[in-house]
Amino acid sequence: MNGADDGDLARLFRTALGGDEKAYGDFLHEAAALVRAWARRRIVFAGLDPEDIVQETLLAIHVKRHTWSNDRPVKPWLYAIARHKLVDAMRRHGRHARIELSEVENELATEETETARDWEIGRALETLTPGQRSVVTAISVEGRTIAETARSLDMKETAVRVALHRGLAAIARRFGRD
Amino acid sequence: METHELIKALAADSRRTGVPMNTVWWGAVLIAIAIATTVFFALLGPRPDIASAAQTVRFLFKFLVTIALGASAFALLRMLSRPEADARGVLPCLAIAPALILAGVAIELIVSPAETWPARLVGTNSLVCLTFIPLIGIGPLALLLLALRHGAASHPTLAGAIAGLLAGGIAATLYASHCPDDSPLFVATWYTIAVAGLALLGTLGGRYVARW
Repeated sequence: MNGADDGDLARLFRTALGGDEKAYGDFLHEAAALVRAWARRRIVFAGLDPEDIVQETLLAIHVKRHTWSNDRPVKPWLYAIARHKLVDAMRRHGRHARIELSEVENELATEETETARDWEIGRALETLTPGQRSVVTAISVEGRTIAETARSLDMKETAVRVALHRGLAAIARRFGRD
Repeated sequence: METHELIKALAADSRRTGVPMNTVWWGAVLIAIAIATTVFFALLGPRPDIASAAQTVRFLFKFLVTIALGASAFALLRMLSRPEADARGVLPCLAIAPALILAGVAIELIVSPAETWPARLVGTNSLVCLTFIPLIGIGPLALLLLALRHGAASHPTLAGAIAGLLAGGIAATLYASHCPDDSPLFVATWYTIAVAGLALLGTLGGRYVARW
């Protein structure tokens, strides 16, 4: 569905906003693909990873999805969020680059041997409370449902939902900031 | 965390959506008006001769200008709170209130003798105007900035300034019913300075409060 036009995407988003978790996941996957292609064309210097922009944009889409009016096209809204996050990241990166130029050089030298990806979101995840972090990790990395997470962490489902909601909001707030 | 893993977490959190912006804006502006009205009646209240003043064109013209300012700022603010808003396309509607007041000034200069201009401009109440418009508007401004924070403005500084203009429009509309100086020369000078103060506060506030 890579070539989906705006109408299809908007319909999917409307269904998702109606509370359809499956449709929301599909919408976010399509949004990620669009933003990834968009960001790759725009990021021309080393040190800024397009996937960080994709993840930060997805988080912003999530916490700001009530700012989309459902009678409007969705792509201009989506790209505006991506642009806002990219500009923000470039500004941050520029600031850091000036301070740590030698470190960046070291990083570039060792890049070929890198094993696991160290994305910005990992650092934001570190700042969560232990409870929020275990809930977010269980659902994302371990792929558990809300119910499974509640059982494995011995929590009520509502408590899991609240921890997830707050945890994601906190990640969105702290993404890329130190 | 991989992107597909992040999406799992986001999808699991699909139920709790923020309050729609339409609701937020109408709620915020109604509460802002309520706050401003309360402060206005507590501190100033309308002028005693308001019934006879309401028969004069100059008195009514003040409301035309301040309400035009508030209404255009409100429309603009709602638009700017969305990420995809194109600021250039909508800024011209901000010119409505200044155009009205400039027309009022021009007519005033034509119909009133030149020797009365300084008195009309200086008025009797300029300090009250400069004090109370910001005082009435500051609560509404804080509330509007919070509503803006709930949105996703791509130009938070500009949007903050417009929030200041809306707060100024609300405060000036109320203050106009108190102030005995009705000349457009007075309005163009002192109201503008007072409202600009709120716009400046909004600019500074928007920069920090409406970041996302």
